[in-house]
Amino acid sequence: MLFDIKDVVSTLDMIEHRHLDVRTITMGISLLDCSDESVTRCARKIYDKITREAKDLVRVGEEIEKEFGIPIVNKRISVTPISLVAAACKEDDYTPIALALDKAAKTCGVNFIGGFSALVQKGFTESDKKLICSIPSALASTERVCASVNVGSTKAGINMDAVRMLGETIKRTANLTKDSGGFGCAKLVVFANAVEDNPFMAGAFHGVGEGESVINVGVSGPGVVYHALQSCKGKPFDVVAETIKQTAFKITRMGQLVAREASQRLGVPFGIVDLSLAPTPEKGDSVARILEEMGLEVCGTHGTTAALALLNDAVKKGGVMASNHVGGLSGAFIPVSEDEGMIAAAQSKTLSLDKLEAMTCVCSVGLDMIAVPGDTPASTLSAIIADEAAIGMVNCKTTAVRVIPAPGKQVGEIVEFGGLLGSAPVMPVHPESSDAFIARGGRIPAPMHSLKN
Amino acid sequence: MKAIVTVTGKDTTGIIARVCTCLAENDVNILDISQTVMQEFFTMAMLIDLAKSKLPVAELSDKLAAIGNEMGLVVRTQREDIFTLMHRV
Repeated sequence: MLFDIKDVVSTLDMIEHRHLDVRTITMGISLLDCSDESVTRCARKIYDKITREAKDLVRVGEEIEKEFGIPIVNKRISVTPISLVAAACKEDDYTPIALALDKAAKTCGVNFIGGFSALVQKGFTESDKKLICSIPSALASTERVCASVNVGSTKAGINMDAVRMLGETIKRTANLTKDSGGFGCAKLVVFANAVEDNPFMAGAFHGVGEGESVINVGVSGPGVVYHALQSCKGKPFDVVAETIKQTAFKITRMGQLVAREASQRLGVPFGIVDLSLAPTPEKGDSVARILEEMGLEVCGTHGTTAALALLNDAVKKGGVMASNHVGGLSGAFIPVSEDEGMIAAAQSKTLSLDKLEAMTCVCSVGLDMIAVPGDTPASTLSAIIADEAAIGMVNCKTTAVRVIPAPGKQVGEIVEFGGLLGSAPVMPVHPESSDAFIARGGRIPAPMHSLKN
Repeated sequence: MKAIVTVTGKDTTGIIARVCTCLAENDVNILDISQTVMQEFFTMAMLIDLAKSKLPVAELSDKLAAIGNEMGLVVRTQREDIFTLMHRV
């Protein structure tokens, strides 16, 4: 027999019933050649370059989707951090560049464009400061632009002045977008150890070590893993880990195939496949439900961190052999608003912010898509960022904070974002102040183990 | 290029004949054929070779899907790589 019908049926079942999809094809584009003294001219060069380079991205993505019969949910673009591209501009406000990015995203037909970003883990350039100050208006006046700021790294330590600024930036962004529940904050990620080839939004940007353009692919598949684990009820963790590995291999192979095709058809080099388990708010596509399937009554109870550690590791081990270049964030995402099981766990109060923080020590990124009360002080947001950056710095991993202080909302209320961003139950923060801690500023030194040379 | 055509749904008289006729009309060669029952649904899969096909895979896919629609079945045409690569090292 030239093919095995069991393989065919298994793949079809994953696609039809277990939400298997390619989450994103993201095209990274360097904008380093778009600098100009005038922000208007810089914005025009940026628009022209993106629309030229990415004109075929959506068409090619749709062709591949059709030929292979596999859903490709998003086609996206990431660009060089704008604080570098705009450094020559005389003007203080970079919002015109955000508007150009938004327009380019619409022209190309992509739903998000990432890279309104600055890397300030050790210090600020004048341009970095201008960019951070422009973030609230940039996010409020655009629809598809995503911003990110890297405030710490294992090598450089944590820039606590940046941490303070970002707490205030998040508050201002929430207020400027209060009509949509503070939606602007859903497009802003504060990183430590940010990666240069992440295809997932809102934190994607095209790193300076990357080439002219690149194709990165992010796979998904929590539903497939959840279904596979139903066949090993009550069995030891060795069996659980092995089952997840085998499933991750299959999912990643599909991502690799799509990445190779997209790269060939667009004539753009293939970068990496990001092996992330990215949940959606749909039932049956949840990371929290995988953890519960391992034997936890509700995600967030004792044992959750261990379950997540196993999941995150097994996903990488299974996926790494299926692709010739693995990168990005690769692991299990735990966004609260985008995961049906996480939403339920947060509503039942089993999943707390403190437990989520512990989980970020072993997951792929960090505190993601969490709504907190609208009256949370900026210094508390900064302190949440500092804790998360410290976890990243010490554990040599990427961590991030994407938190939404939902204007006018209190604990227990729900903020609706719609689509893949889902809905977030407002979670409590500690009422005790971190003001004096955040007011210090300066830099937290890099840890001892950063001195590897 | 090779592709896999799958037909899923309630077993219906003449479905294989209609799919095969469409393939023959477009110079598509059938290399292998197999069938099974999945969750009470009939599933038929055939491996086809499009080397001499008059139509690109996307158009052939639409034609076969239309035949499926007429008969109340789902007919999918997908490149073969997706099935082989996912299940073999």
